[in-house]
Amino acid sequence: MNGDLLLDVDGLCVQYDMPGGAPLLAVSDVSFTLRRGEILGIAGESGSGKTTLITALLRLQRPPAVTVAGRARFFPRDGEPLDLLHADARTLRRLRWERIAVVFQSAMNALNPVQRLSSQFVDAVRAHRRLSKAEARRRAERMFELVGIPAGRMRDYPHELSGGMRQRATIALALVCEPDVVVMDEPTTAVDVVMQRQILRQIARLQREAGFAIIFITHDLSLLLEISHRIAIMYGGRIVESAPALALHRDPRHRYTVGLRDSFPPLRGPVPQLLGIPGTPPDLRRPLPGCSFAPRCAHSTADCEATVPPLQTEAERVYACIHPHRQAVEVQP
Amino acid sequence: MTSVADGGPVLEAAGLTVHYPVHRGPIGGRVVHALDDVTLTLHPGRIVAVVGESGSGKSTLARVLAMAQQPTAGSVRLSGQEVRLRSRRARREYASRVQLVLQDPFSSLNPLHRVRYLLARPLALHAGVRAEAELDRRIRGLLERVALTPAERFIDAYPHELSGGQRQRVAIARALAVRPDVILGDELVSMLDVSMRLEILNLLSGLRDEERLAMLYITHDIAAARYFTDEIAVMYAGEIVEYGPSEPVTQAPAHPYTKLLIGSSPDPGREPALDGDDDDLGEPPDLVAPPAGCRFHPRCPFVMAHCRVSAPPRVDVDAGRWARCWLLVDEVEPTPRQTT
Amino acid sequence: MRVPGWLLPANTKARVGVAILACYVVVAVIGPWFVESVLGLHATGISNDALLPPSGAHPLGTTQEGQDVLAQLVVGTRSSLLVGVVAAAISTVLSVLIGLAAGYYGGFFDSTLNAVTNVFLVLPGLPLVIVLAGYLRGSGGPMAVALVIGLTGWAWGARTKRAQVLSLRNRDFVLNARLLGESDIRIMVREILPNLAPLISSTLMLAVVGSILAVSGLDFIGIGNIDSVTWGTMLYFAQSRQAIASGAWWWYIPPGLAITVLGAAAALVNFGIDEVVNPRLRVARRGRSRRSKNVVGAAAVRAAVGPDERQAS
Repeated sequence: MNGDLLLDVDGLCVQYDMPGGAPLLAVSDVSFTLRRGEILGIAGESGSGKTTLITALLRLQRPPAVTVAGRARFFPRDGEPLDLLHADARTLRRLRWERIAVVFQSAMNALNPVQRLSSQFVDAVRAHRRLSKAEARRRAERMFELVGIPAGRMRDYPHELSGGMRQRATIALALVCEPDVVVMDEPTTAVDVVMQRQILRQIARLQREAGFAIIFITHDLSLLLEISHRIAIMYGGRIVESAPALALHRDPRHRYTVGLRDSFPPLRGPVPQLLGIPGTPPDLRRPLPGCSFAPRCAHSTADCEATVPPLQTEAERVYACIHPHRQAVEVQP
Repeated sequence: MTSVADGGPVLEAAGLTVHYPVHRGPIGGRVVHALDDVTLTLHPGRIVAVVGESGSGKSTLARVLAMAQQPTAGSVRLSGQEVRLRSRRARREYASRVQLVLQDPFSSLNPLHRVRYLLARPLALHAGVRAEAELDRRIRGLLERVALTPAERFIDAYPHELSGGQRQRVAIARALAVRPDVILGDELVSMLDVSMRLEILNLLSGLRDEERLAMLYITHDIAAARYFTDEIAVMYAGEIVEYGPSEPVTQAPAHPYTKLLIGSSPDPGREPALDGDDDDLGEPPDLVAPPAGCRFHPRCPFVMAHCRVSAPPRVDVDAGRWARCWLLVDEVEPTPRQTT
Repeated sequence: MRVPGWLLPANTKARVGVAILACYVVVAVIGPWFVESVLGLHATGISNDALLPPSGAHPLGTTQEGQDVLAQLVVGTRSSLLVGVVAAAISTVLSVLIGLAAGYYGGFFDSTLNAVTNVFLVLPGLPLVIVLAGYLRGSGGPMAVALVIGLTGWAWGARTKRAQVLSLRNRDFVLNARLLGESDIRIMVREILPNLAPLISSTLMLAVVGSILAVSGLDFIGIGNIDSVTWGTMLYFAQSRQAIASGAWWWYIPPGLAITVLGAAAALVNFGIDEVVNPRLRVARRGRSRRSKNVVGAAAVRAAVGPDERQAS
């Protein structure tokens, strides 16, 4: 799955200006690439910067968040690469939804409660495409079918649908203009595990058929391991490890990744005594000079606390740890 | 704290039913079937997990057991005695034996009170401790039991100065302050960061082992339930559909809904199961008009004609293990549902 | 409890408003003593220096009866503020009691209290106050007027506090307190009331100013206690003694200005209140609506946002 380069982010830094004090470094020096048709999972807990990263990429952040450095290039199928961070408002408006769509965490609450679903869809489509109302409605019906909502439900109001259906409706809304990239920020956190599995299956199928790339952001690493091609782990505003999904699960390098992976009790196999990760997430208002995970790491040394570990490359993975984990774990099939 | 006879159950739910009236138009008499005929026992030194999706009734069960709401039918028994709370004193006595800890660490602690006050109140109300020195000593002891040390760092802190995991530990310490026999936990870790969840689960596990507390642990995460609880009760649409020791229930589930739950839970160890058919597994049940017969039948891959008509009985699968399913009753043959 | 943030709002407008109000308080507290003892001016002493324009002896001139206007203004500040504070205190206490009880107990109690609140909301405020004050006809002094204003102005506050209490009542920590066996009174006072404090304090300041304006209005119409010296009575006498026709601007402009500036200060403080109540508004000042231009290098940020704005935080 080595498609063409679709998105190239380099050295992105986003900070929050705090009144009367040093700025809060929400995202520090984040670089990653996304290829066509690739599913990239970004895992991180609260305060890791994963949501700020996405809003900054799409220039949706609100003050006091300010992007202070970095580059983000988008490569459309036809035409020149676009600099997302410096594009003018008109280009940006065209890009959003048509090329890059977003499904936010409480997306199901983002549906207008006093408008029928069909009219919301038609509005969205016609804002980006020159279609007649009838054509737009047909397109909307097709999208609904694709995500498994019966066409008859289109005339319902959002509150008449269940949570899972609303979430699928917002995913359909994101796909209606056939974007190149769909960014999903915790799309299944608010639904039950059975509905979650259904939605993920539908997303996987749609992705196989339409070939769009996905950036899937969540705190649930175990979920990412099942859907992503590649996973990036964020901690303290930085990407601390990035690797193909299977490799990350079987043989992680960064100590935080190991701790995170081992925070999920297994459903099968022996039940080990798990400890999670002691300590608390870093305070981004007082960033440490060295590795932000060092205070919680059992293997940290003075070197770790002195300077931020650089990203090392090893085959298909990168990680920022000077005392990485090495042992391969046998995974029971 | 009164002592509990070894082996006997300390808290029991017997045939608990909770129906909420629905006010809708001229047609009266419609109710939300939140709980229907639920029977459950809690023993000292054992944790029972209640697993289910939202709307399954698990939170309602916890609240009724805590006597935060009155059941429509059925009873709650504490040490064999039926519980009837008529006065504030009776309520206080009940609270000194059964404590409820809630899900949201942000709203379960009053943001304007320091940890010291939050822990002093139950001590004053239930243990009658009012002297400053004694209060201080007991509060420090509580903080130590939930591993919030050094106590100085936490004792004068406000909730917003603590992380979610720390707040939840304060909530547990507050419950422990009255020296209860039973702790009811409603989704204690779902609002916490993943890396902080295990410390809470391990804490609960330790409380069971060292203090012989009886616990009810409500969750939607069946893998976490398997990790540290002794028994699992699987709830669906207000009923318990399967019950048994955690390991057999998760490794060899008897009820189709349990199988569905386990099959849907993320499991990196298994081969990617996203290639399967995304056939519609149906919507969650309507609690106002639940399906006739077996409430799970619209979503069941093994549904039979019989299931649509009559509710399945409790069938013993093994020692201490049962499920409500017609498939387990010998003379009926299972046939997979035809895919449309 | 935490230090109330409302005392020093970050918003410049609100700071100006608070500063102005503080000046009024200072004048009310030490003004009368200062004016009498230090400047030797008397508010009520009748003299033969009728309608003198401002001069060294009388910085704001004199009235028709030869009374010093500055002294009157200063004494009037104290009486006006006092009446306003008492009236606001009465209406706030009433609104808290009723809102808290109605929101917490719910049910029949709530319905009854709601009905009473509705009645008071619907009653036309000013005519009611005029009727009641007119009935008193100056007996009972300024405190009677304060009582009347307080007793008629609590309804709106009760409604908003009840709404807040309803939402607080369903919070988990209240459920916990009830399950623990805490008494209702204790829960209302120790758990809910502290969380109500921001709402109470923000409306209290505005209630004071509103009451002062109401009292001034009453006095101006002549229904208040015309024996007392307040801004309103100054205007009443100024008008009835044809001050405008006589061109004695120094008589009616100072009290009018005092009232107007007070009202403006209240409006300014109102701007800051929103920020206190909703912290998310606090940091939204910077950068304003330049969303899509929020991507600049750090140096450009410093250049675009002027140095003074950055220090205003």
